[in-house]
Amino acid sequence: MVESLIPVLAGAIAAATPLIFAGLGELIAERTGVINLGVEGMMLTGAIAGFAAAADTGYGAAIGLPVGAIAGAATAMIFAFFALSLAANQAACGLALTIFGIGLSAFVGQHYVSYSLPGLQPLAIPLLSDIPLLGPVLFKQDAVVYLSFIAFAGVAWTLSKTRLGLLLKAVGESPESAHAIGYPVLGIRYGAVAFGGAMAGIAGAYLSTVYTPLWVQNMSAGRGWIAVALVVFATWKPTRLLLGAYLFGAVTILQFHAQGLGIDVPVQVLAALPYIATIVVLVVISRDRRLLQLNLPASLGKPFLP
Amino acid sequence: MPPPDPRLQLLHITKRYPSVVANSDVSLTVMPGEIHAILGENGAGKSTLMKIIYGAVKADEGEIMWNGHQVAVANPAQARQLGIGMVFQHFSLFETLSVVENIALVLDEPFDLAALAVRVKAVSERYGLPLDPFRLVHSLSVGERQRVEIVRCLLQDPKLLILDEPTSVLTPQAVQKLFETLRRLSSEGVSILYISHKLHEIKSLCDSATIMRGGKVTGTAVPRDETPASMARMMIGRELPVCEAPAYTGEQKPVLEVRGLSLTSDDPFGTALADISLTVQSGEILGIAGISGNGQAELLAALSGENTVDREAIKLSGEAIGHLDAGQRRSKGLVFVPEERLGRGAVPSLSLARNALLTAHRKGMKQWGLVKYKKAWEFAEQCIARFDVRCGGPASAARSLSGGNLQKFIVGREIMLAPQLMIVAQPTWGVDVGASAVLRQTLLDLSRTGVAILVISEELEELFEISDRIAVLAAGKLSAAQPKAATNAESVGLQMSGLFNATAKPTESSHAPA
Repeated sequence: MVESLIPVLAGAIAAATPLIFAGLGELIAERTGVINLGVEGMMLTGAIAGFAAAADTGYGAAIGLPVGAIAGAATAMIFAFFALSLAANQAACGLALTIFGIGLSAFVGQHYVSYSLPGLQPLAIPLLSDIPLLGPVLFKQDAVVYLSFIAFAGVAWTLSKTRLGLLLKAVGESPESAHAIGYPVLGIRYGAVAFGGAMAGIAGAYLSTVYTPLWVQNMSAGRGWIAVALVVFATWKPTRLLLGAYLFGAVTILQFHAQGLGIDVPVQVLAALPYIATIVVLVVISRDRRLLQLNLPASLGKPFLP
Repeated sequence: MPPPDPRLQLLHITKRYPSVVANSDVSLTVMPGEIHAILGENGAGKSTLMKIIYGAVKADEGEIMWNGHQVAVANPAQARQLGIGMVFQHFSLFETLSVVENIALVLDEPFDLAALAVRVKAVSERYGLPLDPFRLVHSLSVGERQRVEIVRCLLQDPKLLILDEPTSVLTPQAVQKLFETLRRLSSEGVSILYISHKLHEIKSLCDSATIMRGGKVTGTAVPRDETPASMARMMIGRELPVCEAPAYTGEQKPVLEVRGLSLTSDDPFGTALADISLTVQSGEILGIAGISGNGQAELLAALSGENTVDREAIKLSGEAIGHLDAGQRRSKGLVFVPEERLGRGAVPSLSLARNALLTAHRKGMKQWGLVKYKKAWEFAEQCIARFDVRCGGPASAARSLSGGNLQKFIVGREIMLAPQLMIVAQPTWGVDVGASAVLRQTLLDLSRTGVAILVISEELEELFEISDRIAVLAAGKLSAAQPKAATNAESVGLQMSGLFNATAKPTESSHAPA
């Protein structure tokens, strides 16, 4: 019985990986008070840039991921210029960015449709992968999954233990105060948005070069939106974000298995399950309004000009 | 031996904004260890000048000399390096961070919270400013938050400390403690720039004073040798206005009765109200003292009807109204002047005529659901004339008025509705001395026509000037209201700190308006 769970759980971890990258990036941006609804768009530009680089050079994900990160960050800078420097409405800019990303990736991607890449082989970590159950689930994955563990630990550690983390929180809490004591609020927000873009780009490039290594138009399939929702419902805490992402991953894999078993439920309903399950569980967890408000970056969505 | 170089010298500082000259040819000198007052009204240019010294604003002309050398302070970090510390009027603290985290953010040194906490504790005890380094700032009282700001400056070993209106939110006892700390710092050689418009404080604390009006220096003085009246003349250009409170001779009946009002706050940073009871009679002003954040916002929301409560908890002239919303309560003659003039009392971008409509639409300005704009226009015109609102007429946008004039318009609008009860929050917050006096007199006159008035204010002097009885709201609890003659600023101050049964000995000076 337990043995048969291993592929499900291992699949869940991989399915959650793009959400972890995109969510952690958005979490950092939102901690500084900037809500970037363009995650879906940034994932797609990262996905096509990474795919194109991998396909054209033949180096695969090793080149696809960094190129995806750069493309995501560059896309984020469009958002940052309007939403930060020009203090435009963040929600509107983010929505526009998503539409832009969908269009641009489809346009560039038309040369790559039905082109496929080799992907990445799982990399078993010695000793750790021998642990019963946990070993094969966590430590017989591809290298990018390990990178997501490191990214999570890095973000969590930075936020709770470092001066930089404190500064990010401070800017999101009160940009006026941060400015008054002499911090470059816009510069910090630019940095956070760029980080968010790079992480979304990595998430997209992971999808297109590793997870399903072929180009399909609009292949992020709403995962960018789930990442945005995860950040809010995780009350801006990395650990909850991680759990939410794994929940999404688990339901994604389970519904594939359900489809395989030929359960008499329309495929569309099954495909919608991970989205529904994640939202419902997170809403229930975060229904404590006080907790939500206590962690909410007070300046979230409000433009600041010094 | 030659005299030491001045710690700070400002020479001919000028700062222009598009619509106003904030500082014009301002010069001043502060010696080491000197406590120097900058005295002036709201809008006199004090805060701009301090921001120039602290590097947050750049002067258009003029020089800054620091210990005898010319310096250009480009940003606050550089000011801190020079040894300039600033305690802001509206604190620059982060509510969801702890005390020590807030302090760590301004210190230019390796990040080690545990070691810093030890130092925070040591410095805070040395200067009589007790603080728990690990408390979250949102759980601190206003006085404690100010301590955080001061300790934060002291840890940087400042040579000059700037305090912007530091006592506006403190109890009289906390003010005395602050003054002890400042005197001690001054005796250790730290210069202090003390910005205030409170004359008696400056007289008791400061060695010298620079007085500003309309962006210019109008005089310098040694406060010890001056009287409050002579400094007031330099500050506002004329005598300090005083209010007259004639006795009320009409019929006395309870208009507002609150019994056992309890309310939990929706806001995680809010204060719950515990068993509040009060009565306001016709023809009297009941003042509620206390520092904001002790349940003021919650009490106002419950009384105005923004939050509804138990039906029987609030009665207006004997009728239970606790369950009614704000509009229904207004229809019954309860009017409310909120603390935030722009955004709550008036819509900033709308004209005065349309702002009049917001609450006065009950006065025959609607017919079959349509608005009669002509009536609103006339109403606004009358209000402007009757209450001497300086503006460009009923078409001016609310945001174009000065704080004092907008407040006159809002209070006037409510008075013209012929209420039986008026609830006012911070009636003169951010209003200049002249308009404040007019507003206070307006409230006094209104009450003597038989209207019941409830005033919630942080300004003790104001409450002692206009109230007939005074109660204190602290930590969500309301003390029993005392006739003004039976209490004084000291005992009210103690109650503001939450010590309800404590009373201080009345002294002669405590009633005197500053």
